[in-house]
Amino acid sequence: MTSQTVAIIDYGSGNLHSAVKAFERAAREAGLDGTRIRLTADPEVVAAADRIVLPGVGAYADCRAGLDAVPGMVEAMERAVHGAGRPFLGICVGMQLLATRGLEYVETPGLGWIPGDVGPIRPSDPALKIPHMGWNTLYPVRSHALFAGIPVGEGGLHAYFVHSYALDPARPDDAVMRAEYGGPVTAAVARDNVAGTQFHPEKSQRLGLALIANFLHWRP
Amino acid sequence: MLKTRIIPCLDVKDGRVVKGVRFEALRDAGDPVEAAKAYDAAGADELCFLDITASREARGTLLDVVSRTAEACFMPLTVGGGVRGVEDVRALLLAGADKVAINTAAVKDPDLVARAAEKFGAQCIVVAIDAKRVSGPGEPARWEIFTHGGRDPTGTDAVAFARLVAEKGAGELLVTSMDRDGTRSGYDLGLTRAISDAVAVPVIASGGVGGLDDLVAGVAEGGASAVLAASIFHFGQASIAQAKAHMAEAGLAMRLDGAGGARA
Repeated sequence: MTSQTVAIIDYGSGNLHSAVKAFERAAREAGLDGTRIRLTADPEVVAAADRIVLPGVGAYADCRAGLDAVPGMVEAMERAVHGAGRPFLGICVGMQLLATRGLEYVETPGLGWIPGDVGPIRPSDPALKIPHMGWNTLYPVRSHALFAGIPVGEGGLHAYFVHSYALDPARPDDAVMRAEYGGPVTAAVARDNVAGTQFHPEKSQRLGLALIANFLHWRP
Repeated sequence: MLKTRIIPCLDVKDGRVVKGVRFEALRDAGDPVEAAKAYDAAGADELCFLDITASREARGTLLDVVSRTAEACFMPLTVGGGVRGVEDVRALLLAGADKVAINTAAVKDPDLVARAAEKFGAQCIVVAIDAKRVSGPGEPARWEIFTHGGRDPTGTDAVAFARLVAEKGAGELLVTSMDRDGTRSGYDLGLTRAISDAVAVPVIASGGVGGLDDLVAGVAEGGASAVLAASIFHFGQASIAQAKAHMAEAGLAMRLDGAGGARA
């Protein structure tokens, strides 16, 4: 087994312990013994990593400010992802940050890697509660390697969501999975070597560990 | 389709699981980390720790329990009890909690909810509302907030308070009937319904579960998005799988693929 390093970016966005543990466990169960998971705030480690994960919990503007507060981090991500073509996974607000801009509380620029806005979820049924919180099923918009072998659809596995805002991709084929919550909600996006999930794979038990294992094998 | 959540609640004191009858007589049901692992494997949708003595005792033990639980379980964890300020919220989130429940401090200072939500996001701020029915027979139903394990009345109307903290940025409300807690006579469905109808955020029904029909009623009649229970699960009266099967038979949308925990 070849060795690889996965950088999970630590920029002060909540606790990342469970993300690290979930990636370690998925690597172990997938037999990827050479995989090293590094929780890091060091842009050089991110620039040199084989795979990069951007988690994110909290308000959009706060997360963006946290990312910008680490000198050189956004540049390191750009280098690794667009220069070197390394696989990248954004989770929750980490996925939303891929968009052009976020509209939570205040308008905040995103990374612009997946063009589109992050706006409030507006379910057609007013009885549906916001945040969209809990376990929901996924529906494929198109097939993608990150979901290979994962049962989706009404009888499929569940993913854990907790969010009030969602990414609406400007290019429809950037959407990979959607959830239903009084209308479609973007659940996963991907373009080239960049992917993101609105749900939390690290909290999504079987589906989550399978998706993380797919990410660790992914050769975009 | 979004599923109704079942949330076992572990009342924790000095790092051990207890369940008080009306928060007074306490029984010891074991190590919270072991219990959390068991519920993870049993397919619970989330887990809740309430440190019932935290407002009076040290915090270190709780943070240690939270951190060890987060390392062992890949399920969402809510932790409450003794949260007084933004720093307490931060400490619990850093220890591994996914959501933090604020109780007494939100009653004293509702703006704490706004400060915490702006800093950490509404999705991780739960306000725990402990209420007792204060209306007499024949009067329109009214509930008041009580603090300190249901001992101290506040004079604050529970439904008005629920509206206020939801506006301030609470992402979810944990609504416990202090009349029913520990009685096994079912949720106070009038309370659950009144609050659920008053706010746009999800409501967790809590306090008084005696059997599986109570869980169904919490959703079907109370309008809750999630149901919380302790003793019926802790003391083996029902398993999570039995509860889910029962609720699914009653027509509620349940996640039935969770058993086996995070095993891929």
